[in-house]
Amino acid sequence: MIRFEHVSITYPGQPAPVLRDVNLELLEGELVLVVGRTGSGKSSLLQAINGLVPHFTGGTLQGRVLVDGRDTRTHPPRELADLVGVVPQDPASGFVADTVEEELAFGMECLGLAPDVMRRRVEETLDLLGLAGIRNRPLLTLSAGQQQRVAIGAVLAAHPRALVLDEPTSALDPGAAEEILAALQRLVHDLGITVVMAEHRLERVVQYADRIVVVPGDAKELLIGTPQEVMRKAPIAPPVVELGRIAGWTPLPLSVRDARRAAAPLRALLVGQPPPLRVAREHDADDILVQATDLTVRYGAHSALRAVTMAVHRGEVVALMGRNGAGKSTLLNAMVGLHTGTSGSIRTNGKDASSLKGAELLHSVGLVPQVPGDLLEATTVADECRTADRDAQVEAGTTRALLALLAPEIHDSTHPRDLSEGQRLLLALAVVLAARPPLLLLDEPTRGLDYPTKIRLAAVLSELAHAGHGVLLATHDVELAAEVATRVIVIAEGEIVADGATADVVVASPMFAPQVAKVLAPHPWLTVSDVIATIGPLILRSHAPISGGAVG
Amino acid sequence: MRPALHLGSRGSARWLHPGAWWVWALGLATAASRTLNPLLLVLVIAVAGTVVSARKPEAPWARSFMFFAKLGVAIIIVRVLVQLVFGAAIGTTRLFTLPGIDLPDWMAGVRLGGPVMLESLLLALYDGLRLATIIMCVGAANSLASPSRLLKSVPAALYEIGVSVVVALTFTPQLISDVLRVQSARHLRGRATRGPRAIAGAAMPVLEGALERSVTLAAAMDSRGYGRRGPMSIRQRRVNASLLTIGLIAACIGTYGLVSAGTPWFLSAPMLAAGLGSSLLAITWSARNAVRTRYRPDPWWAPEWAVSGAGLAVAACFVSAAWWAPAGLETLVDPPTWPALPALAVLGLLLALTPAITAPAVPRMFEQRPAHRMPELGVAA
Repeated sequence: MIRFEHVSITYPGQPAPVLRDVNLELLEGELVLVVGRTGSGKSSLLQAINGLVPHFTGGTLQGRVLVDGRDTRTHPPRELADLVGVVPQDPASGFVADTVEEELAFGMECLGLAPDVMRRRVEETLDLLGLAGIRNRPLLTLSAGQQQRVAIGAVLAAHPRALVLDEPTSALDPGAAEEILAALQRLVHDLGITVVMAEHRLERVVQYADRIVVVPGDAKELLIGTPQEVMRKAPIAPPVVELGRIAGWTPLPLSVRDARRAAAPLRALLVGQPPPLRVAREHDADDILVQATDLTVRYGAHSALRAVTMAVHRGEVVALMGRNGAGKSTLLNAMVGLHTGTSGSIRTNGKDASSLKGAELLHSVGLVPQVPGDLLEATTVADECRTADRDAQVEAGTTRALLALLAPEIHDSTHPRDLSEGQRLLLALAVVLAARPPLLLLDEPTRGLDYPTKIRLAAVLSELAHAGHGVLLATHDVELAAEVATRVIVIAEGEIVADGATADVVVASPMFAPQVAKVLAPHPWLTVSDVIATIGPLILRSHAPISGGAVG
Repeated sequence: MRPALHLGSRGSARWLHPGAWWVWALGLATAASRTLNPLLLVLVIAVAGTVVSARKPEAPWARSFMFFAKLGVAIIIVRVLVQLVFGAAIGTTRLFTLPGIDLPDWMAGVRLGGPVMLESLLLALYDGLRLATIIMCVGAANSLASPSRLLKSVPAALYEIGVSVVVALTFTPQLISDVLRVQSARHLRGRATRGPRAIAGAAMPVLEGALERSVTLAAAMDSRGYGRRGPMSIRQRRVNASLLTIGLIAACIGTYGLVSAGTPWFLSAPMLAAGLGSSLLAITWSARNAVRTRYRPDPWWAPEWAVSGAGLAVAACFVSAAWWAPAGLETLVDPPTWPALPALAVLGLLLALTPAITAPAVPRMFEQRPAHRMPELGVAA
């Protein structure tokens, strides 16, 4: 179906190729997962499939890529549109039409399909992806999950033989992500479409993959294999796999279901053990960094927040979870005075949040927004750090020193736009932390982050909490929340529906429970490191044969 | 709601051809341009407003009528203020006197302040009202049929240009949300969000964002087959494109020549004819070679005739009324009189109101209650 023959890709101005001598054959009806760090050449590999590399991005491509016999050297992307459908990372960025139905038809109109065929296929696509209820809706009013499904439908309606998706679930809440993955699963199984997907959130997708392609970066050779093979030796793996590796389960579980079947003996071991404790200490009134009381925020007729009462104290990491559009960002923005409540109050660091400005704001609270790059304005990293020092009125060099701790590999002369997504986040974090705000807010920090950066971020947040900062992070990443949060607040339609210690809130929740909790429920262990800490890897290993036998 | 019931109430719901709405609205605007009678102008606005409220879709662009209404009010206020301060006094009824300023000789003819007459004020008010009415007619068309839907019906030769225009239109709201985002980011860094320095600081990230987005969009459109080559050769395409461009330019020059006095004869009607001919040739030629097909093209059925006919009728009524009995359309301000209500114009307005009934009901955009899951950015903007 898709064949890479000795493909090397070199971008102009770069001394070395991103990908060197890639040989790869993707079969019909296969779901292939492409994983690798940001900047490893993963996106280049995906974009080479429909000729966007090099027709659109520039650079040279040696060797050749064949899609169903068509060579991408002689066929630009538009001539491959009937074979390969590409869904961009941010689905809304590729929308052309006003409404769902017109968007679905756009590709077919360009291909020149007959009107009756188009009509039929639009109806079929609406049903296939569950979009029939929103067919007349303007695209701008859709939720992130709906937009993602429309983007998939829009390329699918043209009946391509292969579908290429770049991080389809990275911006979605767990529920919406599952909907997308179920839809993709159906395409592969019922229609025999080849799906190639890049994704950082392995825990969400690894169980659906037929094969995994690891792009190690630095133009090293690709690693290709079944999920079992690849996961056995991969340096980074989702929690179920890690648990399975430590316990020595064979076959290695990839899904919660497989792991749960194998974990009966492990669960038996945990009975009577004291669960790990994470709440640091009791808080008193002096420790309150931000306090919302009956806060209501409205946009026109729509209430984004309804009578929200909550607080964040010194020394805790609070995860704010909930669907896309539940009001998480609004709450964070209200804490820095970007939104004012229609009723109720919000006091940040003892002052009314909307009155905070300038240096006083910087010294009370720092917010890293959803797109961290928004914060960065300078043309070099060094410049950015200098302006941050000036804004915060701190000693020159403070920000640079912080950055050196967070991300030592970043050079002074780099343009912030040329940094990877994760590096940009760390730079923005350094800029925000320069003024040493007691309260740190992060909006979706793990969007587009690879595992190593995520681990580093988790460590940084825990350290900050130990040093007496309060951290509030809005996130869809249940694993990160399980890793770092001492408390979880769940928000739905602008109301707080749960607020309590991490284990109490997430263990019983089908949506927000981390994988380890799902495997070990009803025991409140959340992460692999918690399990190791309780039982010790040696004991686990000695019980491994029993657990292997217990599967059947 | 049960499906059967649903069908019963909105069974014939469909989108009216956007062209019909624009013909209707421009007809109404033409009618408004023929009169200074405030009663008739207010009635024109009432007609436009009634039809809009009866047949507007539940889409973001449908709210533009309110925006145009506010713009109209602003126009009237500005027009009256200009008259107050600078305008020459007509009439005899002095209302009050503004402190006047004596200007130097070389500015003779310009007046600042001075006595304010009722008559001149009324004239300015009616004049502003007329302009506001025309603007609101355009606003009505805009909210009844989005410009991008109108572009869906452009001929194939103009299709690619049309898509570019549509994309440019959708960029404006995104640009606004970008500006808001960057302003928020500046607030977060403790900087000023207003003033010239703030604008300079925000310009770079906003422009970079827009550029980045247009590249992404171009890649996405290319991947979906936009601009696929038909059976036409490259040479044919170039000839075609030049025919079209030259033709359109010639048509513009010709139109200018027709309306303005003192242009050489060959730059008027013959130029217009040549330009139109050349464009028409290019359009039919490329229509025959187009790869592209159209999904559910808007049909032109009886309701379209009724709606566009209503627009033409109201224009015709006002134009002929202005011809036969101009007194009814002008309102005397010197001395001020209560405006008359000419029967022919009222008949035209009644006809212009019919689309509220003859146009089919609009399809529902929101099947369930409008999104409680709104996109975070959309809400913030």
